[in-house]
Amino acid sequence: MAGPGVIIVGAGPAGTRAAGILAQAGLRPTVIDEGAQAGGQIYRRQPQNFSRPPEQLYGAEAAKARALHGAFDAVKDRIDYRPDTLAWNLDGGLLHVVKGGVTDALPFAHLVIAAGATDRLMPVPGWTLPGVYSLGGAQIALKAQACSIGAKVAFLGTGPLLYLVAAQYVQAGATVAAVLDTSVGSARLAALPELAARPMQIVRGLAYLHSLRDKRIPVLTGVVPMAIAGSESRGVASISVRRPDGRKLEVECDAVGLGYHLRPETQLADLAQCDFAFDHLTRQWLPVVDEDGRTSTKGIYLAGDGARLAGADGAEIQGQLAAYAVLRDLGYAVADDKVTRLRRSLRRMERFRRGLARAFEWPWQLAADLPDSTLICRCEAIDARAIRLAVRDKGAAEINRVKAFCRVGMGRCQGRYCGHAAAELVAAASGVPIETVGRLRSQAPIKPLSIATDPRSSP
Amino acid sequence: MTGAADVLIIGGGIMGASTAFFLRRRRRSVILLERGLIGQQASGTNFGNVRRQGRFLPQLPLAHRSREIWGRLAALLGEDAEFLATGHLRLCYRPEQFEVLDAYAKDARAYGLELELISQNALRSRFPFIGPEVIAGSYSPNDGHANPRLAAPAFASAARREGARIVENVEVLGIEKNNEDFRVETATGETFRAPVVLIAAGAWASAFSAQLGEPVPLVAHGPQMAVTEPAPYVIKPSIGMSTKVTEEGVYLRQIPRGNVIFGGGNRGPAFVDIRRAKVLPENTLSQLRQIRRIAPALRSLSVIRVWSGIEGYLPDDIPIMGPSGRVSGLFYAFGFCGHGFQLGPGVGDVMAELIDTGATTTPIEPFHIARFAAAAAAVA
Repeated sequence: MAGPGVIIVGAGPAGTRAAGILAQAGLRPTVIDEGAQAGGQIYRRQPQNFSRPPEQLYGAEAAKARALHGAFDAVKDRIDYRPDTLAWNLDGGLLHVVKGGVTDALPFAHLVIAAGATDRLMPVPGWTLPGVYSLGGAQIALKAQACSIGAKVAFLGTGPLLYLVAAQYVQAGATVAAVLDTSVGSARLAALPELAARPMQIVRGLAYLHSLRDKRIPVLTGVVPMAIAGSESRGVASISVRRPDGRKLEVECDAVGLGYHLRPETQLADLAQCDFAFDHLTRQWLPVVDEDGRTSTKGIYLAGDGARLAGADGAEIQGQLAAYAVLRDLGYAVADDKVTRLRRSLRRMERFRRGLARAFEWPWQLAADLPDSTLICRCEAIDARAIRLAVRDKGAAEINRVKAFCRVGMGRCQGRYCGHAAAELVAAASGVPIETVGRLRSQAPIKPLSIATDPRSSP
Repeated sequence: MTGAADVLIIGGGIMGASTAFFLRRRRRSVILLERGLIGQQASGTNFGNVRRQGRFLPQLPLAHRSREIWGRLAALLGEDAEFLATGHLRLCYRPEQFEVLDAYAKDARAYGLELELISQNALRSRFPFIGPEVIAGSYSPNDGHANPRLAAPAFASAARREGARIVENVEVLGIEKNNEDFRVETATGETFRAPVVLIAAGAWASAFSAQLGEPVPLVAHGPQMAVTEPAPYVIKPSIGMSTKVTEEGVYLRQIPRGNVIFGGGNRGPAFVDIRRAKVLPENTLSQLRQIRRIAPALRSLSVIRVWSGIEGYLPDDIPIMGPSGRVSGLFYAFGFCGHGFQLGPGVGDVMAELIDTGATTTPIEPFHIARFAAAAAAVA
């Protein structure tokens, strides 16, 4: 094929499915993936010399993991697969990728971004102590390295991942001290009609809960996080929360897994100048996509959790839809019924996603009450007080302005971890609605780029 | 909203904001109109050099006046915008470029700027991080750097405290003069009046000067900036390469919290209509190669962010500053060609003096807008 082709960023469920369909159509898409092996985060493969069977790694999802890995391996020879490669910049029709200190500018006509998601975090005093991990990080340690983050682990947050990771830890033989959920049980009931879009998921969730109760692990809902205690040298010693009845509960532990759902990785979409819209339900900005994943920028498509947080099954569907959209936009004939069926499934996933968001609410109210000394931006060591001062003394009410004044979100993660909490702090301090606080502008590089980097063509 | 004042300032970059502050010190009433937020473009996104050496020599008196203000910013404004008099180093790779540094040092002395020329060995012992390709340097001990994100807002806040009216997010559509007063209309239908107008609208200023009969060939570019993750604080002076090779012309500085900020080389595109400027990936990559030549140890750090903004450039690489050549009561301060940050406080002080008294003790004749009228006439 002459001229620039199709590039897929990400080899998780969405990227794998997109690659499969494009390869089947006879295109030879380039697949860029930061991972050493395809599978993404959810179906992350263990290192080559590890030998745990999929059932042990992925539990109830083992069949899906096997199928996805198989699907990727089957098309490997018909795609230009580039593992261990970071897409660090995007400008016009060129995607800049770096591997092993060498960067390349790859031309594309169509770009499917399946960049996935990271944990959504709400700081709590002590969350930067050694031994505190995000829920996703705690899960990766177990999945990839067969390691527990501690000898006695407490989990704090909300969302399905909270229960899933806790159950996986129990399953792996780790000691779980407590599962502390900030959302309230009644929210689950209210969300039932939407959650019923995927009844099997409810069954599975209840099974996780049951496995925790079975081991007599305290599971509390409606808690208000107070602090993680410990020291820089010895790490986490305990976590304390306020129970719904007002009493304080302190749980001894040496590690904490922390997280409140996910947030999409949208920096590439932002660099491509795609439109974003505020999602009031989850109180975050999401890229605007049509049913098939087309963005407002011609030639840019989004799929998977990087577009809509519909989970792994949803991501597989979105990957297929995006690939079909690319084919159609290239002039290929794609059967309507295939696309219609996928869209219908995706709508069901989307309804379920909304149910989850309602059942496990992002605890935005916590930001207003965080003590001034709570570290918000870990990279730049910016506390809540500095953010509040930027609002009160300098009159900033927009997140990029606050960033300019106090450096929140300016460090190596560019606000991917602290940005949502910082925005809630700004909204609370300035008294403006969260959507008018805006969103942090993404800048290259997508992740830190070594100064030792050279272009491939460099003499 | 409407308003009237002694002076209307169009543009809230560091030039407009500092002029507003110094005009209030002279008890002139001021309204400043800014289309976005204070100090968002060239003033807030530049490198942060507070550098005198290397400047166009007739600009040194203005730079000296500005440097003196930088030194007492904290007392003047209540905050120092992270100004540090760390010294500034200009380095070179070639003997013929050392001759340029040598000649500049001699000429600058006549303007009251003392520079120290440093040989390769002395340079390496005083600044051990400097790479072996560098053959010599010129050191300006009292120059330094500051945080551009804080400087213009600091002037605006202080001006506001002193009684200036600073209006943000207001776009000026047109300026006209009838009888004694200028009339300024905004996109939201407001009208402002004053007998004196200062146009300090950066890359957007030529649209206004053209409206008032003085078109100038102003073009927009974006600085190509980047910052690394933090590392131990060892690079004290602000550093720039003196070279005739564009790609080699990079500069860098480290701040006490550890991050290294760098930029330079080729400029990037800027789009005034959508208020966006780009950092071209190839420029970042070229900068990486060049800063490794200056300080090889930087290769073990990573870049965490790049950024740009919108700067106004004129073909002769010096700004427009001073009274209009055609309209009485009209003044200009714009087009600082990527080197206006250090001058900002001085420009404000001089423009306030000029507007207040009709004259200034600092020579600014080379920057008069009439030089383009003469050029246009010659072409015609």
